[in-house]
Amino acid sequence: MRTVAVIGGSLAGLSAARALREQDFDGRVVVVGAEDRLPYDRPPLSKEFLAGEIGVDDLALTTDDDAGLDLEWRLGDPAAALDPRGRSVVLASGREIAADGVVLATGARARPFPGERLGGVHTLRTLEDAVELRGDLQAGSRLVVIGAGFIGAEVASTAQKLGVEVTVIESDPLPLGRVLGAELGAACAALHDDNGVRVITGAAVTGISGDTRVREVRLAGDRAVPADVVVAGIGALPNIEWLAGSGVDHDHRGVWTDAEGATNLPQVVAAGDCTFSHCPYAGFERRQEHWTNALQQPAAAVATLLGRSPAGTARRSAPYFWSDQYGARLQFAGHRLPDDEIEILDGDPGSRRFVAGYRRAGELVAVFAMNQPKLFGKWRRQLMPRHATAAS
Amino acid sequence: MILVGRPEDIPLGEAVRVDASADSGVPIAVFNVDGELLAIDDTCTHQDASLADGWLEGCAVECPLHAACFDLRTGMPSGPPAKTPVRTHEVVVADGYVYVRVEAPVVDPVPVQAAAQAEAGFTAAGLTEAARIETAA
Repeated sequence: MRTVAVIGGSLAGLSAARALREQDFDGRVVVVGAEDRLPYDRPPLSKEFLAGEIGVDDLALTTDDDAGLDLEWRLGDPAAALDPRGRSVVLASGREIAADGVVLATGARARPFPGERLGGVHTLRTLEDAVELRGDLQAGSRLVVIGAGFIGAEVASTAQKLGVEVTVIESDPLPLGRVLGAELGAACAALHDDNGVRVITGAAVTGISGDTRVREVRLAGDRAVPADVVVAGIGALPNIEWLAGSGVDHDHRGVWTDAEGATNLPQVVAAGDCTFSHCPYAGFERRQEHWTNALQQPAAAVATLLGRSPAGTARRSAPYFWSDQYGARLQFAGHRLPDDEIEILDGDPGSRRFVAGYRRAGELVAVFAMNQPKLFGKWRRQLMPRHATAAS
Repeated sequence: MILVGRPEDIPLGEAVRVDASADSGVPIAVFNVDGELLAIDDTCTHQDASLADGWLEGCAVECPLHAACFDLRTGMPSGPPAKTPVRTHEVVVADGYVYVRVEAPVVDPVPVQAAAQAEAGFTAAGLTEAARIETAA
């Protein structure tokens, strides 16, 4: 194998490029990025960066060590097609990269709110998105956040701190109820209340009105919420459209891979937010749009590509994500199903400082903590690697 | 020197945090690794998190948030997400008390890092010419 093309210039792509060198690949490594920037860290875009507390340089993921990796970057030129044998990649500019191996790490993009886009209506995924949104978040203005998921809650929290009047609209009866269950979803929803942010739950957004700029967000039942700014935090879509006709198995959920990043083509592997992968911990396929997955999954995918035996233990460990909102630190590890039983392991939700466990047939399968990073770390290690034999 | 407390205040495998003072400028974390006391700056260099809350594994601490690992003797990160080391500090036990000697004033490592990155052509703000970076016209 002489040339590997890494398609994607964010955390997963960078991690894949680093893994290629760590696993002693000494051929050409070409990294293709759709954005005209070297890899940067996205989690702060809804928090410290949006608040203006840190700058663009603070987001850089690359270090001076990466300069020694001899990576060739093709930035601002997204991949447009992969030939059916996975032997070459054509970029939007028309340039072609011949490659013996391809790592798909194109990530995901924010799901846009349907309809015509008015001024003041935002999604948040890229650095430019964050810069534009920050320009609109003036003290005293009215922000409506559509979707009370983690991104929505973090944006609401940051905006509230900037003196913006914030309303969050959630179609479910409870924010994060589907992720955390009703009891702990309510504990997180309380953070909005604590900080004077209004949450309207069980409300379907039917449209956004205005002339050139947004004026209001319309809800089912002829209700409307006045808005100067809107952020739609309604999920992400995997960047897979360019793979049409490539022969790589994929659908709207992402590129299909096994737990080690293998696709149906031997010379093509995939990692990160663009994948719909077998999760050994959960025991089935899912898309994991989490930072830690984008950091860790590429090493396994690269080992698969190079024919090395991957260090499978990391892939079998519990998925992990975190969220910071209103000064509270939320952490979750494991995999929850709706019927799992919730047990408060330490503290109590009313105090905004607690650890909760999810049990399935008595076994601890997931842990959630609010403002308890130390205890969370201990409980997280009680989660046993699961389905280890099924995936090997 | 900064007073930490009695040796027995820092049990085996545990850490204590000493809040920022005029002497230290920043919070300090003191770890007990098999009876040896090791001190570092408490705040993870990646994002705001207390390393005293982290997981001690051998002579390294794993940040409780994003799993960045730091060697407690050298302060060096073992890999992503942290990019810069934490400062290490000498621990002194005298007259039944534990102290930390914070040598240098707090220096912000970021400008050094940024300069090195700019030199190597790595900056997220703007791409420089040194690295093998091609962008679409």
